[in-house]
Amino acid sequence: MKPMETIIKIENLYAGYNNIPIIENISFKVLKGEVFMIIGGSGCGKSTLLKNMIGLLPPISGNVMILGENLSQAIGKEKNLILQKIGVAFQSGALFGSMTVMENVKLVLKEFTSLPDSVMDDIVWLKLKLVGLEKAAFLMPGELSGGMKKRAALARAMALDPSIIFLDEPSAGLDPITSAGLDHLVRELASSLGITFVIVTHELASIDAISDRIIMLEKDAKTIIATGTPAQLKNDHSNPYVYNFFNRTIHKGEK
Amino acid sequence: MNFLPQFIVSKDSHGALISIIGRLDAKGASSLWHAITQKISNTDLPNLTLNLEKVNYLDTAGATFIYHIEKLARTRGVKAFFIVNLKQEFSPLIELAKTIKQKDFSNQTPQKLSFVENKGKNLSDTFSETKEFITYIGEITWALIQSLKHPKTIRWADTFLVAERAGVDALPIVALISFIVGLVMAFQAAIPMRMFGAELYVANLIGIAMIRELGPLMTAIVLAGRSSSAFAAEIGTMRINEEIDALTVMGLDPIRFLIVPRVIALTVITPLLTIFSNLVGILGGALVITSLGYPIISYYNQIASFVEWNDFAGGLVKCFVFGILIATSGCIRGYQTQSGPSAVGVSTTRAVVTGIVLIAIFDGIFSIMYYYLGI
Repeated sequence: MKPMETIIKIENLYAGYNNIPIIENISFKVLKGEVFMIIGGSGCGKSTLLKNMIGLLPPISGNVMILGENLSQAIGKEKNLILQKIGVAFQSGALFGSMTVMENVKLVLKEFTSLPDSVMDDIVWLKLKLVGLEKAAFLMPGELSGGMKKRAALARAMALDPSIIFLDEPSAGLDPITSAGLDHLVRELASSLGITFVIVTHELASIDAISDRIIMLEKDAKTIIATGTPAQLKNDHSNPYVYNFFNRTIHKGEK
Repeated sequence: MNFLPQFIVSKDSHGALISIIGRLDAKGASSLWHAITQKISNTDLPNLTLNLEKVNYLDTAGATFIYHIEKLARTRGVKAFFIVNLKQEFSPLIELAKTIKQKDFSNQTPQKLSFVENKGKNLSDTFSETKEFITYIGEITWALIQSLKHPKTIRWADTFLVAERAGVDALPIVALISFIVGLVMAFQAAIPMRMFGAELYVANLIGIAMIRELGPLMTAIVLAGRSSSAFAAEIGTMRINEEIDALTVMGLDPIRFLIVPRVIALTVITPLLTIFSNLVGILGGALVITSLGYPIISYYNQIASFVEWNDFAGGLVKCFVFGILIATSGCIRGYQTQSGPSAVGVSTTRAVVTGIVLIAIFDGIFSIMYYYLGI
C-alpha cells in the first residue's frame, strides 16, 4: 500500500486572541481522503484551532500548510486562492439569509467561474442532490429545519469541488437520527468523492461512527493530549481525561 | 395555597425557642426577616433553639435564612444554637447552606478602576477605535478604487437594489420633510418681512437656504437615520450569523462584496435625492407665497434671478460627500458588530450617531471652504 499523501500540515502552532495563546505548540498532519476529527471538551480551543486552519484568525506563531501552501503567511489574492480550494460549513450553517438555497450554493460559482447560467444550475442541482436537498432549492434559509441548514451549508461548501471540507460541530442541535444521517452523508462523500473532512465535534456517536483519526485537545494542557483511531483512544487507559471523555465517566480512569 | 409563614417565640431560664410554621421560601423568608432578626437582636439568652417541625417547605432561600439566623444569634452572644425537628428531606439544604462560610469571590470580581484610570481607559479605547475606523476607511477606499478600475467586479444587482431601497423608497419621507421645512420657513419669514412690504424676498431666502444648505442637510440626515442604520443592522446581523466569516473563507472579500455596492449606491443616490428635496422645499415656499397673493411666476423669477449655478453645484458637491460618509459609517459600524443580543442595536445606534456627527463636521468644513472660495 502506498503511503497516503499529506494534505494539511500544522507546524508548531500557537493560537489565541490578543497574543494570549489558548492552544500551544500544536503539530499534526491530515492525510488525503480521511475523516479527521478534532475533539475535546468545551473551551479547549477546538474552534480557535479551526479558525486558524481556515484563515479566519492569524496564528500567534507557527504555520498552517494547506495543500502544500502556507495559509498563515498568505494575504490578499494569494490567500483567497488557497481558500477557494477548501470548503467550510459553519456550526449555524451561516447561509446568506437574503438568498435562496440555490443562490447560496451558486454564489461562489458565479464569482469564480464564467460558466453559462444553465450549467451552473446543473452543478448546483448535483450538489443539492448529493446532500438530499434537491427539493428545497428555492426555499429561503429561514424556511429550513436545523438539519436541512447544515446540509445546505455542506452543499455550499462543496460548490467549487474542494478537496478539503471543514465542518464545525455538525451534530450540534440536531436530533440523533438527523445527526446520524449527516454522519452517513459525510462518510459517503469521503469515500465516493475522495473529499478529506476535518470535523470539530464532541459528539461521541459521530466520533465512533465516521472518524478515521482523531486528535484530542485539553483545556489545561493547552495542546494535543491524544492522537489515534477511535478504537485506540477508547481503550487508552494511560490518560484519565481521554478515558473519561470516551466512557462518559467523571471519575479517574483505572488501569 | 400560599400562606406566609409565622413564628412563635417562647422563653425559659435556659434560653429561647423559636418555632417556625409554614413555607420557608424566598417570599416566606423575607416576610419573617425583619421580625425575627429584631427578636434575636433583643435577646441576651445563652441558648437559642429553632424548631422547624411545622416547616412544610424549605428551599435554598429558606436554608440561607436559617444560616443567617444562626450567624446573627452567634454575634448576639448566643453560646449554643440548635435546630430541632428538622425533616429528613430538608437536611441536605441546611448542610448546603453551611458552605456559605466558604464564600469567596475575591479573585473573581473584576478589577475596579479608579476614576482617572477609567477615563484613561476610555480615552485609549476611543483612540484605538478611531484607528480601527480609519483603517476601515482606507480598506474601503482601496476596494472602491479597485472596483472602479474593474467595473465588472462590482455587484451591480446589489448596488441597484440598495439604490432602490435607499433612494426611491426614501422619496416620500424626503418630500414630506423638505416640503414642511420650505413651508414653515416661508411662513415664519413672511410675517416680519411683511412689515417692510418685502414678502416677495421670502423667495430669495427659501431658494438660497434650500439649495445651499437645507436640501443637502435634510436629505443627509434622513438617509443617516434611514439607510445608515439599515446598513449597520444588515451587516451586523451577517456578522453575528457568521455569514461574513463564510464569505471570507470562500475567498470573497466582504468589503468588496457588501460595502462597496452600498457606498456606490448611496453616493449616487444622495445628490439625486437632494435635487428632489430642493425642488419640494421650494414648492413648499411657493404655497405660502401664492397664498399671500403673489403669482407663482414672480416667485420663480425671484429665485431664478437670485440663486446661481454656483450655489446649486456647491450643494451637490456637499451631498456627494455626505453620501459617502453616511454609507461608510453605517457599513463600518455594522462590520464592527460584536457578539451578544444587544450588539446589532448598539451598532445601528452608533452608525446613526457617527453619520450625523460626520455630516455636521463636514458641513462646517464646506461652509468655511465655500466662504474662502467665494461661492
